[in-house]
Amino acid sequence: MAKDVRLADTTTADEKSSGPLVALRAMSVQFGNQRVLANINLEVPRGQTLAVIGESGCGKTVLLKTIIGLVRPTEGNVLFDGRDLCRLSERELSEERKRFGFVFQQAALFDSMTIAENIAFPLRQHGKQDRHEIEHLVRERLAEVGLPEAAAFKKPAELSGGMRKRVGLARALAMNPEIVLYDEPTTGLDPIMSDVINELILRTRKRYPVTSIIVTHDMNTARKVADRVVMLYPLSRLKGDSPQMIFDGSPAELDRARDARVAQFVRGEARERLMEMREQAQLAAARD
Amino acid sequence: MADRSSSGTNGQRGGLFHALTEWVSDVGAVTLAWIMEVGDVALFSLRTMRWLFTRLPPRETILPNFYQIGVLSLPVIALTGTFIGMVLAVQSYSQFRMMHLETRLGGVINLSLVRELGPVLAATMLAGRVGSAIAAELGTMRVTEQIDALSSMGANPIHYLVVPRFLGCLVLIPTLTIMADFMGVFGGWFYSTVLWKIDQHHYLENSQRMVCTFDLFAGVLKSLFFGAAIALISCHRGFHCDPGAEGVGRAATSAFVVSFVLILILDLELGIILDQIYSIIWPQGLSFI
Repeated sequence: MAKDVRLADTTTADEKSSGPLVALRAMSVQFGNQRVLANINLEVPRGQTLAVIGESGCGKTVLLKTIIGLVRPTEGNVLFDGRDLCRLSERELSEERKRFGFVFQQAALFDSMTIAENIAFPLRQHGKQDRHEIEHLVRERLAEVGLPEAAAFKKPAELSGGMRKRVGLARALAMNPEIVLYDEPTTGLDPIMSDVINELILRTRKRYPVTSIIVTHDMNTARKVADRVVMLYPLSRLKGDSPQMIFDGSPAELDRARDARVAQFVRGEARERLMEMREQAQLAAARD
Repeated sequence: MADRSSSGTNGQRGGLFHALTEWVSDVGAVTLAWIMEVGDVALFSLRTMRWLFTRLPPRETILPNFYQIGVLSLPVIALTGTFIGMVLAVQSYSQFRMMHLETRLGGVINLSLVRELGPVLAATMLAGRVGSAIAAELGTMRVTEQIDALSSMGANPIHYLVVPRFLGCLVLIPTLTIMADFMGVFGGWFYSTVLWKIDQHHYLENSQRMVCTFDLFAGVLKSLFFGAAIALISCHRGFHCDPGAEGVGRAATSAFVVSFVLILILDLELGIILDQIYSIIWPQGLSFI
């Protein structure tokens, strides 16, 4: 308890001014009996674009949701601009979230609203009431993600997957957030549309001094847009007490990584995994 | 041989003991899960009340919900009310006729309608139509991360999604119940006086004499509680929906089943409480004859 208080005191004073925008300290997340993240330590400086890679089920999305306070860590702290999100009240957390933009994997557009209403939602939520100003901002954001004005009056169900993702990006950027969290922004898209999304992420970074955290298993995205890459490994396959974060470096270092698990993931080699699966099947058969 | 039989008995005892401990553990687990669920619903309801009394959601989120809950339920409620009235007339007519008391039919039909059948059947109908729709809609929003998206933009999902639906059910379910009562009274009157040619004057006079304002009040008060229960249970089920189409389906079904059970329990409890109040206010009671 005393340790927690000391941590909160020091962070509010020192880290708020010049420290990292996001800091995870010995953070663990568990759902029931299932541990998803264990002892994660990570700092994301202001203005950095960080890609979090790793195979499906390793806890990438949970990590992203913990950073914005949608998932509460079981242990450790999540500091945003020096404030511990776990100690904030519901209202304070809602206020802090206004500084975030979140691009969801399936866009998560409100299907009862039109595209324009979706993009205008955070603007209205943050107190902007002037209709003309909102309309102008919606038009601007749509143009930024390369969508025609006519799309504004459509419902999300009428758009393709790529268009929905672009609307999701426009909505996330509506309030000029300080940090944008992308949850698998290119998953399920064709290579051209994936590259369009990558370019939009790059363009956003050029236009606004924004910090970005991108969760992806698309190596093209990680190489193209990130300054730094970290790789998570599923806890269920981790041996002993070895750390869950098995790589932390630049995209260039990623290709020279000596860790076999990292190298295999980067090259997309399934040989070892197939052997593992075969062993598991044999063990299961022997048990039966 | 003796050894084998004794070990068999021991094994049987062990098996029985094991089965018993497993049964106790299962009952314990179910009880614990049930208590946790009740606690979760209570906390959810408290958070809804806190938002309801501190800040109301904007009008543009309230009105579409009122339309969905109120306007779109009108036809089905009108139909339900009319048919309850007519069925009551059909069921009671032959017995009342045997005693030459047909003219008292109006009082019996209307009293059963406003105190019991109108509120309960309207609420059951609405638990199916409105409650399941709310649970399915919010469940789909949960599964497709729309509720997370709301939170990520600084909006509170309870304030934005639950409070308008709660208000809608709280205001409109009693209103729809009054409508069901009215249609039931009309249905009963139509069947009795138009089809069976019961004397209209005596039918209406008996109706007026046997149904007092307290009966109307009791029915509407019950429907207020039913409305709150339907809204809270359905929203809670939607918010805690399991992933996938199966999860959404299960949320919609359980929203109806739990709401229906709660309606029955509330009906009994409120019936007892209101009867006590009635006997305190009017210790002599009302004379029906």
